[in-house]
Amino acid sequence: MPPRFLEVKDLAKRFPGKDGELTVFEDVSFSVKKGEFVCIIGHSGCGKSTILNVLAGLDQASGGEVYMSGQEVTGPALERGVVFQNYSLLPWRSTLRNVTFAVQARWPGWSKAQVREHSLKYLHMVGLKDGAEQRKPSQLSGGMRQRVSIARAFAIEPKLLLLDEPFGALDALTRGTIQEELLKVCAETHQTVFMITHDVDEAILLADRILLMTNGPHARLAESVRVCIERPRDRTTIVHDPAYYPIRNHLVDFLVSRSRELSERDDAARDAGGSNAVPVSGVPLEVDPGADAMRTGADGAKAEHHANHLTGRLKAVNGN
Amino acid sequence: MLQSLHLRAALVSVMLLVVLLGLWELTSQPPAATEALTEYELLMGGADQEARVPPPSAVIGLAVAELSNPFYDAGPNDKGIGIQLGYSIYRVLTGFTLAALIAVPVGFLIGMSPLMYKALNPFIQVLRPISPLAWMPLALFIIKDSEASSIFVIFICSIWPMLINTAFGVASVRTDWVNVARTHELNAFQTAIQVILPAAAPTILTGMRISIGIAWLVIVAAEMLVGGTGIGYYVWNEWNNLDLTSVIFSILMIGVVGMMLDIALAAATKAVQYQE
Repeated sequence: MPPRFLEVKDLAKRFPGKDGELTVFEDVSFSVKKGEFVCIIGHSGCGKSTILNVLAGLDQASGGEVYMSGQEVTGPALERGVVFQNYSLLPWRSTLRNVTFAVQARWPGWSKAQVREHSLKYLHMVGLKDGAEQRKPSQLSGGMRQRVSIARAFAIEPKLLLLDEPFGALDALTRGTIQEELLKVCAETHQTVFMITHDVDEAILLADRILLMTNGPHARLAESVRVCIERPRDRTTIVHDPAYYPIRNHLVDFLVSRSRELSERDDAARDAGGSNAVPVSGVPLEVDPGADAMRTGADGAKAEHHANHLTGRLKAVNGN
Repeated sequence: MLQSLHLRAALVSVMLLVVLLGLWELTSQPPAATEALTEYELLMGGADQEARVPPPSAVIGLAVAELSNPFYDAGPNDKGIGIQLGYSIYRVLTGFTLAALIAVPVGFLIGMSPLMYKALNPFIQVLRPISPLAWMPLALFIIKDSEASSIFVIFICSIWPMLINTAFGVASVRTDWVNVARTHELNAFQTAIQVILPAAAPTILTGMRISIGIAWLVIVAAEMLVGGTGIGYYVWNEWNNLDLTSVIFSILMIGVVGMMLDIALAAATKAVQYQE
């Protein structure tokens, strides 16, 4: 069997604390196929960012391994591009020179003209042109800065793109536009993406699969939710897809109650001791709420359960 | 509005200058002689029994004369103001450049390595507060050359602000930017040149600006000690000649040159400044 594109095995992060170790997450195992778009959702403190940093090679896990095409990931590399939440552009360089910085690092042998042309191509791809290339990041809006950051990551043509809540700091309108651009660019380049987000709708719009984490400490990967909505997807019409609300309800339900319930159950099992504890599998449960809802129909027991559960819960989420 | 603010400020500056110079001029007039002066009184500078600070008109007159021919050289004790200032600037720039050549790399080392920071910190803390002139006897003894000794004194006084600012600037480069370098597989040297140096440059240049200011303060004192040439020597020499007009003139020139050095470094700082 050929090695999986990205394979994460029993990843754990622990910090030494005053009274013993503090385990942020453990038993995190999952894999990502080539060309797949995977989102990870969980409450703050469950270690999502740490997982992404370990994948990027910027952080060390306390246990477990990450393999990419069979090779263990031990440090940062150009084959894994990262887009940080705070853009991380170099403020003394112009937009264009922020991208050429990456392109030069990726292909040191290229001529200046070649580097420039390649960088401009990716800047245009994310909609930056007409003078924006020469401006400094401080002269750009948040949305434009994040576009530069995305162009920089795409320009090095990484095998895996890691996005750490890239749209978290943007207003809803800008976020929507850039999400669409990301969808378009990913479709063009068949980019493999691993992305952290807090936004359920964003995850459904972008992802093929959504990983759900329980609450930290002792967070773990609970579910892997398939998003069976066909591509190309569109921000405005996706909500009319029959699978949209079953998936959305499933995710919101998880975030509102099940993530906490699962954490409490895990804690109880751990306190009870190893003997009668339910062995926690590192591999997340595969779920396909969209297809399940289709199968059982509107008055199926499962769909109804979700619907009932949610009319009350959704308000709580939106109120946050 | 900004334009008019500049204009109004300039107007106030000129008015203050005129008023202050006027007061100075009026208060430093020698009393008019009531009777004809004897030959002795003429030789001693008038009927005045007290020495007076020369009036600004005398200083301006001397300035015009000196600045119209700044580079004349009529022997060891009679050189133009341009030559004297030139010697001082040369010493300051030489000492300052040598200090920068050492302070910036060492500052990088200290800033990037917590171990080196901890190891070198006690040395820096002890050496830094030493008055640069206290080094002079030791420098004269070891170097056996007054010219090189004054350059050494400039070196030792301008190294500390640069060293500390470089270390601070390097240590406080945002982790995000270093992470950008790491994810792009830049090696240590490339990271230092392409990311850390431009990120820390404004802080480093600020340290240099402080250094050159201190160096210019110290050179006057150092040249008073070692003598020979330079603006510090010139001030002391004119004091020995009891030529207070020249003393006041050279004090003003020290201020003007110091200001120009500061403006140059400020411009350099502005050139590397970036906005986050």
